[in-house]
Amino acid sequence: MEASLIVDNGATERTLNPYVTGTSVIGMKYKDGVIFAADTGGSYGSTLRYKSVERIKPIGKHSILGASGEISDFQEILRYLDELILNDNMWDDGNSLGPKEIHNYLTRVMYNRRNKFDPLFNSLVVGGVKNGQKYLGMVSMIGTHFEDNHVATGFGNHLARPLLRAEWREDLSFEEAVKLMEKCLLVLLYRDRSAINKFQIAKITEEGVTISQPYALKTNWGFSAFQNPSKGAEGSW
Amino acid sequence: MFRNQYDTDVTTWSPAGRLFQVEYAMEAVKQGAAAVGLRSASHVVLATVNKAASDLSSYQKKVFKIDDHIGVAIAGLTADGRVLSRYLRNECINHAFVYESPLPVSRLVVRLADKAQRISGLTLMILQEQVCTQRSWKRPYGVGLLVAGLDETGAHLYYNCPSGNYFEYQAFAIGSRSQAAKTFLERRFESFNNYSRDELIKDAIFAIKETLQGEKLTSAICTLAVVGKDEAFHLIDQKIIQELIDSMEIKEDAPADQAPVTDEDGSTGAAPMDI
Repeated sequence: MEASLIVDNGATERTLNPYVTGTSVIGMKYKDGVIFAADTGGSYGSTLRYKSVERIKPIGKHSILGASGEISDFQEILRYLDELILNDNMWDDGNSLGPKEIHNYLTRVMYNRRNKFDPLFNSLVVGGVKNGQKYLGMVSMIGTHFEDNHVATGFGNHLARPLLRAEWREDLSFEEAVKLMEKCLLVLLYRDRSAINKFQIAKITEEGVTISQPYALKTNWGFSAFQNPSKGAEGSW
Repeated sequence: MFRNQYDTDVTTWSPAGRLFQVEYAMEAVKQGAAAVGLRSASHVVLATVNKAASDLSSYQKKVFKIDDHIGVAIAGLTADGRVLSRYLRNECINHAFVYESPLPVSRLVVRLADKAQRISGLTLMILQEQVCTQRSWKRPYGVGLLVAGLDETGAHLYYNCPSGNYFEYQAFAIGSRSQAAKTFLERRFESFNNYSRDELIKDAIFAIKETLQGEKLTSAICTLAVVGKDEAFHLIDQKIIQELIDSMEIKEDAPADQAPVTDEDGSTGAAPMDI
């Protein structure tokens, strides 16, 4: 039987390395709410093994959560949040947990796990709209957390955020936001080895959550350098 | 109430289906100095009578701030009230720590009621922490709490009873001679929702006045606290209370000079009292 089911001589089993991972998630606020994008890939090391992994999920009535990193830990987090939202709904008293509360709850969970040297290997993006207030925040696997107008995880931080810093505005319409998002996703698709060409865009407004069906972006590989890749390398050794 | 063979401990039912210890605990609330609470759509006001044990001593604290958005006024065994306030503050702070957000009032009062019930009655549910036990060495809390607070669903005033019951009120009074205050409030509560903050405070002072039955109302024997939509829970300064009392008395004296007091709407509304 698996050693993890028996606590032997006090040793604890814990995640030391992630196995099936998701890559970047990008989120930004726009005029009517918050918009997230992520691809639907689950990598097993350097193999792009799973092609239909949903990495953005709605949480309650007011929030959405996107995750990169270990997929099984993300599923665990979804279970925690499911229980949280269920208990919140059971009160049935007009009060509900909004994105700010979810963000802080997740911060506490992540930080606590980090303190026990048993982290959940994820970078999380939480966003939503409640009572007209837009909210967008991030939590890392060690419990670092902050809010901002646009956030990203993993490679997105290096490739997408500079674009967002240059071109993001408070009053982006949904179409403009999607265009900006696709610009970022394209860069990631070209440059991030673990990205696949199958994306989902999720938006949340006061009315509710919409997560699009997966779709692909048009890429251009017709560069002359790609026509004959080994040109110039013949006879070099 | 008289002694009988079913009132020795809290876990004994009487043949009539009563838990006498719980009822005796509610009696302790009735003996305490009065406390009143009033609620409008945007504010809640609490007022208490400050009873000192003797002329030499100071009065006991009966109004507690639980969080920026919640406060309580107690009547009964003030020591129990202090213990419960500490519990309530803990609950609020723990919630704020995890969720960065104020604990909704209704959820706080339920926790308080559950705590009271665990102690005052049999635990009938088999929960993980509490296997169906009969803890006969505990006694009920001898204090009633008026919980005033605001959350995203609006302004709330609850009364938590030693029995573990709780009710939401537009206005309520507890403690000794609270019936006089209740009668006063019953006549006027229908318009409370539309009251301004100051009107609500004035009526709270009036309600306290009713419980004094002739004793002179000064700011020294009255504690007043308010919580509102953009106003954290806080006690009102004694000077301001005295000013309000004075302004009320001037209005009261004026009509008294004329013929018998006719109950006017708004300004006086003092019930004819027999001193």
